[in-house]
Amino acid sequence: MALEFRSVTKEFTTGTGQNLVAVNDINFRVNEGEFVSVVGPSGCGKSTILSMTAGLYQPTQGEVFVSDDRVSGPNAHVGFMLQKDLLLPWRNIVSNVEFGLEARGVAKSERRDRAMAELKRCHLAGFENHYPYQLSGGMRQRAALARTLAIKPEIVLLDEPFSALDAQTKLLLQNSFAGTIAQTGKTTLLITHDLAEAVLMSDRILVLSERPGTVVAEIKVDLPHREEPLRRRVMPEVSDYAAQIFKHLKLEEKAI
Amino acid sequence: MEAGAAAPAKVNKPAMTAQRNTLVASLGLLALVLLAWQFLPPALDVPKFIIPTVTDCLAEMKRMWAQEGLLGHTLSTALYTVLGFAIGSLLGAVIGYLLGMSEFWEKVLSPYILALQIAPKVAFAPLFIMWFGYNAMPKLLVTVLIVFFPVLVNVLQAMRTVDRDLVNLARAYNLSRWGIFLKVEMPSTMPNLMAGLRIASTLAVIGVTVGELVGGNTGLGFLISYGGGQANAAMVFNAIVLLTVIGFLLYTVLVRIEERVLHYLPKAQH
Repeated sequence: MALEFRSVTKEFTTGTGQNLVAVNDINFRVNEGEFVSVVGPSGCGKSTILSMTAGLYQPTQGEVFVSDDRVSGPNAHVGFMLQKDLLLPWRNIVSNVEFGLEARGVAKSERRDRAMAELKRCHLAGFENHYPYQLSGGMRQRAALARTLAIKPEIVLLDEPFSALDAQTKLLLQNSFAGTIAQTGKTTLLITHDLAEAVLMSDRILVLSERPGTVVAEIKVDLPHREEPLRRRVMPEVSDYAAQIFKHLKLEEKAI
Repeated sequence: MEAGAAAPAKVNKPAMTAQRNTLVASLGLLALVLLAWQFLPPALDVPKFIIPTVTDCLAEMKRMWAQEGLLGHTLSTALYTVLGFAIGSLLGAVIGYLLGMSEFWEKVLSPYILALQIAPKVAFAPLFIMWFGYNAMPKLLVTVLIVFFPVLVNVLQAMRTVDRDLVNLARAYNLSRWGIFLKVEMPSTMPNLMAGLRIASTLAVIGVTVGELVGGNTGLGFLISYGGGQANAAMVFNAIVLLTVIGFLLYTVLVRIEERVLHYLPKAQH
């Protein structure tokens, strides 16, 4: 088991002193090497799930397990990536990729070797001495993925990593990410609001309800070519799956 | 990439002509002002002790160099400007970073910092002379005090606005508190720190000048009050010009350092 949520509830206290239940009684498992997407309406606590997996904060009730260890704080098993690339602008690309290794006692020469290998895998060989501002948005996200993979995490958490990109770049980057992830065999949790993206990239999709978020449906995507979303994209079944999620999100009722 | 490398070479030529044009216009304006300064006052019958001409000032400069120890006064002022600037900005930066790390102390101290920031620092000069006497201490203290605040405020502001997601990323990578400060917070604040230092460098000259005007017998500020007492306007003019040169040099050095330190920021397109 790579990741497990056992009846996890998370409450926040707002600025006005009210209690806000972000997610309520969440249960799910992600198996080793599986690619699972979490979709749901905005504000349903998708990012809360990610932060609890990364150990940035603890559930109010329930437990989160990563590789059979209970998560009690930031840990070496998890690498996460956000919509913002979060590259350090004052570092060149290769030292940005090394950033995650620095606090882990990896020797300098090994850090450089691992960073260069990840850059190559993410199709950024030759750009190691560039600074972030010199790269396009898609390349910067690939650099962020290289940094995430460099720490050799057991789970990769992706929080809407493609949502700030234009439509074409998005398709190409989804393809590139899917290929890289399939190649490394990493367990991946993708948080997204893009239904098509979830269908194209995942083995399984968890649909969350509005706040307080709970898992309302679990959809197994039974399609080939997970490693190549561009090929999955042309399959007729894709729209059926998207329609199915659409229904679970009860979006028709909201459309006026 | 090839296209990107070739493009700037093409636009460079007009950019260079534009740069030359501004330089020519700038120098032309300077020449015009100097000519007006030289010939207008005599033409309008303004006496020399009110507005000395350019050549009068140059002659006085020569005399000051030979008889008043101008070099010593200039070096002394330059030394205390740099010293006051260095001490003041170091203190400002250190305290800015410390307060930036502790929200509690920042909130406790912020009203007092604001009050001290508003208080006119130069007005402390007579007090410092009463406390420390007619030596270099008062002017150094005024300079330190005047330099301190812009640096402190800029650093504090930058520490407040460090990207929380970057800090979270560093936390997720198991960086220690000190590691987060060193690798994320401090570099994030560099643009603001450099801006604070630039403002502070121009204020440093004011601090030293006021300190020297109020007390003491060395420095360009002293020459201003001395020349003023003798109705020697040329001496005052010369001292002001040299003070400006000192400030300008310090500022230029800082801009150069800033270009080096902040090389990773994309250049603004005009």
